[in-house]
Amino acid sequence: MSFKDVLKPFTAWKNLAIEPVSIKKPLERQAAPRYRGFHKNNLEKCIGCGTCEEICQNAAIDMVPLDGIETKEGDSGLRPMIDYGRCCWCALCVDVCTTNSLTMSNHFTWVDTNADNFRFIPGAENKPWDNEELGYKKPENYELNNPYRVEMVEIEPEQRDKSFLEIVKGFSKEQAIKEADRCIECGLCIATCPAHMGIPAYIAAVRNDDMEEGLRVLYETNPLPEICGRVCTHKCESVCAMQHKGDALSIRWLKRYIADQVPAEKYKEILETENIKKNDKKIAIIGAGPAGLSAAYYLALLGYNVKIFEALSGPGGMTRYGIPEYRLPYDQIDKDVDYIKSLGVEFQFNTRIGKDITLDKLHEDFDAVFAGTGLHLGRSTRIDGSNHEKCYQAVDLLRDVADGKSINVEKKIVVIGGGNVAMDIARTLARLQNQKYGKVQLIITSLESEDIMPADLEEIVESREEKIIIEPAWGPKKIKIEDGKIKGLHVIKCLSVFDEEGRFNPKFDENKKEFFEADMVVEAIGQGMDLSYFSEEMQSRLEMTDRHKVKVDNNCQSSIPWLFVGGDIVAGPDVISAIADGHRAARGIDNFLSQK
Amino acid sequence: MTDINKHRDKFPQKNPDGTNIIDLKSGKFIKVWQGPNHPGITGNMSLELTIQGDEIMECKTHVGYLHRGFEKLMERRRFIQCLPICVRIAVPEPDFNEYCLTSTVEELAGLKIPDAAKWMRTLLLEMSRLQSFLMWIGGQAGAFGLGIIGQWSNYVRDLVLDRFEEITGGRIYHMHMIPGGVRGLTPDGFEKRMEETLQEIEKVMKDIETTMFNNSIFKKRSIGLGYIDPSMVFEYGVTGPNARAAGIPKDVRKDYPYLKYNELDFDVITGKNSDAFTRADIRRKEIHLSIDLIRQMMVKMPKSGDYMAKVPNVLHWKIPKGETYVRAECTRGEFGYHTVTDGSGYPRRINVRGPSYTHAVALMEKLAIDVNIADTAGLMVSLHTYPPEIER
Ligand SMILES: Cc1cc2nc3c(=O)[nH]c(=O)nc-3n(C[C@H](O)[C@H](O)[C@H](O)COP(=O)(O)OP(=O)(O)OC[C@H]3O[C@@H](n4cnc5c(N)ncnc54)[C@H](O)[C@@H]3O)c2cc1C
Ligand code: SF4
Ligand code: SF4
Ligand code: SF4
Repeated sequence: MSFKDVLKPFTAWKNLAIEPVSIKKPLERQAAPRYRGFHKNNLEKCIGCGTCEEICQNAAIDMVPLDGIETKEGDSGLRPMIDYGRCCWCALCVDVCTTNSLTMSNHFTWVDTNADNFRFIPGAENKPWDNEELGYKKPENYELNNPYRVEMVEIEPEQRDKSFLEIVKGFSKEQAIKEADRCIECGLCIATCPAHMGIPAYIAAVRNDDMEEGLRVLYETNPLPEICGRVCTHKCESVCAMQHKGDALSIRWLKRYIADQVPAEKYKEILETENIKKNDKKIAIIGAGPAGLSAAYYLALLGYNVKIFEALSGPGGMTRYGIPEYRLPYDQIDKDVDYIKSLGVEFQFNTRIGKDITLDKLHEDFDAVFAGTGLHLGRSTRIDGSNHEKCYQAVDLLRDVADGKSINVEKKIVVIGGGNVAMDIARTLARLQNQKYGKVQLIITSLESEDIMPADLEEIVESREEKIIIEPAWGPKKIKIEDGKIKGLHVIKCLSVFDEEGRFNPKFDENKKEFFEADMVVEAIGQGMDLSYFSEEMQSRLEMTDRHKVKVDNNCQSSIPWLFVGGDIVAGPDVISAIADGHRAARGIDNFLSQK
Repeated sequence: MTDINKHRDKFPQKNPDGTNIIDLKSGKFIKVWQGPNHPGITGNMSLELTIQGDEIMECKTHVGYLHRGFEKLMERRRFIQCLPICVRIAVPEPDFNEYCLTSTVEELAGLKIPDAAKWMRTLLLEMSRLQSFLMWIGGQAGAFGLGIIGQWSNYVRDLVLDRFEEITGGRIYHMHMIPGGVRGLTPDGFEKRMEETLQEIEKVMKDIETTMFNNSIFKKRSIGLGYIDPSMVFEYGVTGPNARAAGIPKDVRKDYPYLKYNELDFDVITGKNSDAFTRADIRRKEIHLSIDLIRQMMVKMPKSGDYMAKVPNVLHWKIPKGETYVRAECTRGEFGYHTVTDGSGYPRRINVRGPSYTHAVALMEKLAIDVNIADTAGLMVSLHTYPPEIER
């Protein structure tokens, strides 16, 4: 220690002369551009998935309803409310937000005398920082979840275009778990699924590798998981929250994965259906399609004696007689149906109600009747030549293929139609052409231009991979016939399909013509229902909707009290809606009979 | 002034092991509680002092005033949700919690993080050391009556917080490290602003060096105070500047290099006298070392590239069963997380090793003996302890 040590500290006095470093107006200080300040939420973009609420470890977020925000498909209608008494501004909510709607401003001062105001709904309260550009946003190339789906492996076109081998291979365990991991359990899909399946719950079962639990969840709302796991129209995926980040979950394939893992012998034990107590009531079901099967299953669970009458020789309805085997192998249909059979449901095939047995007779012999007879009448274009014997209806041909009947495929085929049924018949015929002639000469022509073709994109892509030519935006004019033989199809340009009000009202340019050579034409432009099994008296009592479907209430009860109706003749057309109807009808019948 | 040492033989009498014989009934001793009354760096814990005159005869440390149960709380949180909690374990230097937590999780999950993220983490940790030392130096000076130093050092510490704010969006709790990487790299023009900050710190440090380290009061009160014998370093598990002041070159950055420390050029700073002054001097030099390391990083660090690995859905992230210990050199010494996982989505157990635990609880009881009661605060600060990390 020295004398210097006494004097030196006095140099501190020099600071008296300098400008103070403190900020004079701290409230006006601009925070850094990345500052994690008060939250902002783009309420239009937000879908109310609640992931922000889920990650907030402070439980600062509550999802609340908000005036002006409607609950709709893919949007819960709720929006996050943040409690600034709890929030620690970690911004994990911003990082996980599925839509990137939630961000932060760089504002950090907010003076209020009412403490309750600090529980606020970002974006809904006109805060000064709502339009502030700066503030924390989820960083680029930074994700706290995997935005993209696990690709499904399919067999190569060369392997599949001559056979009816199943195209989609299905997930391995590792793939399924990885895909299931992506689900944020928001439940938006449940609302959209016609059967309101417990989707996040069965996806969680996949994640936990608990197939028994998965199967139990599936069967709560869907007794045809092998079928649906393959061909469901997966409306749920169209609302999946994860699509905003990247890809929707592969919900359908995960369902298939569960069903594929559990051997049929174990179903009864897992689903605890070994000892169902029977009652003495009898229910007749017309049609062994998805609607009928679903109704039968849930009625059997309730103890009813169920008998299904089916016109064709096997069960499944359009899933067997419409959907080609390469999309849905018959043994998978059998797996679902056999389990339903094992619960004591009786099947009587080759029995057409209205012809072999009257509906009145069913009414007499049974306590209630459920009809799910589907759409089996092909619609015709009614153009010149469409009554030629080599001009077919898609549904008729598909039924014959499923029945194992041999079909006279010709060398050159034109399919009219732009939907999935057109794709199904075209791809079926292309396989048969390949088997018979070693090459494909098949054109699909649709009214719709490619961007509005109703067929699924993957169907269009895969058809092309199988060397099918697609000619969109043509209207069929006339089938050319020479010497009694089909020579091809004359078409004219279709300019638009729908008018301004969105009604089907196609416009053509007669001057733009094309001719597609063919010796066989197939029409796939839609199917209609055949209600001829109703007597005239009954038909007069059966109320119909404006859209020419059978009118039913929430329990699928028709205007004839003992008659419950579901499936394609009520709504849809798709498998899962039919299943949902079957389930509803089972509950409806149970109510109806217990009130009797 | 009475020279106490002249009368050493009269009071207090010593036990054969050298400890003081305390007979409270004799009327010669008073019990005094120091703390837990100020919510600052050395508050939130208290010292039960037995004094004779103004000298401490016995010291018992008491903790438990700041227990928030964070370790336990984390067992009920998903791994990602532990982040906003863990930072609170060492409030004035939270980044080491982020680092230790994320890297134990990454290690157990077998996750490799991108190089740029490693650089970013090294920078954040060194910036954190810098601001923590700057905060400490004010505390140390203040405890010996030099209030102005804290005002100067806090000004430059605030500039470091500005730089943190630029990178992370937060000033105190940065939460910039995430299992898998970091939340972003440095913004445009950062190097320039960092350099300006470093120069400002150097300028202020010059003043501090003159007024604090060349100050008879500070010297008189700190030289010889709280001598830590080198043998105690291992007995008590002393780490960081407290150990280095005793001449033991313990520094996790060198002993177990982590992140990018083996790509940086530096020597471990040690001292000889192991008293409060030497410890202060080591920390002063550490401030300059941090400045130097940050400058090195500003040159070497990548300005772009991946900074986040691909992670699974953090809401369901299950970490395989296992356990690991990750340590790092914080301003107080070895900071570590012992993380145990059971294969679920939640940590089974997280045990935080905060160096303050050893320094403030066990060591303080020993060092306080025979110290003048007016120097207890200065002694405590010279051990650089943060009670929040004692009580997780
Ligand atoms: C080619 C094609 C592909 C399709 N692809 C898909 C797809 O990928 N995904 C999807 O979700 N949906 C698809 N569908 C639609 C789906 O198959 C139907 O929506 C679904 O099968 C409807 O079920 P349902 O029970 O109402 O009727 P159907 O499945 O049509 O079953 C009705 C059953 O009733 C029987 N029946 C009819 N009348 C009588 C009677 N009088 N007496 C006794 N039995 C009678 C029929 O023989 C038939 O078995 C497709 C349809 C077709 C034609
Ligand atoms: S995570 Fe995003 S989209 Fe989902 S509710 Fe929260 S703010 Fe809305
Ligand atoms: S910033 Fe963090 S604490 Fe605040 S609401 Fe979001 S997740 Fe919760
Ligand atoms: S599947 Fe998609 S919509 Fe459904 S719960 Fe999971 S993330 Fe949400």
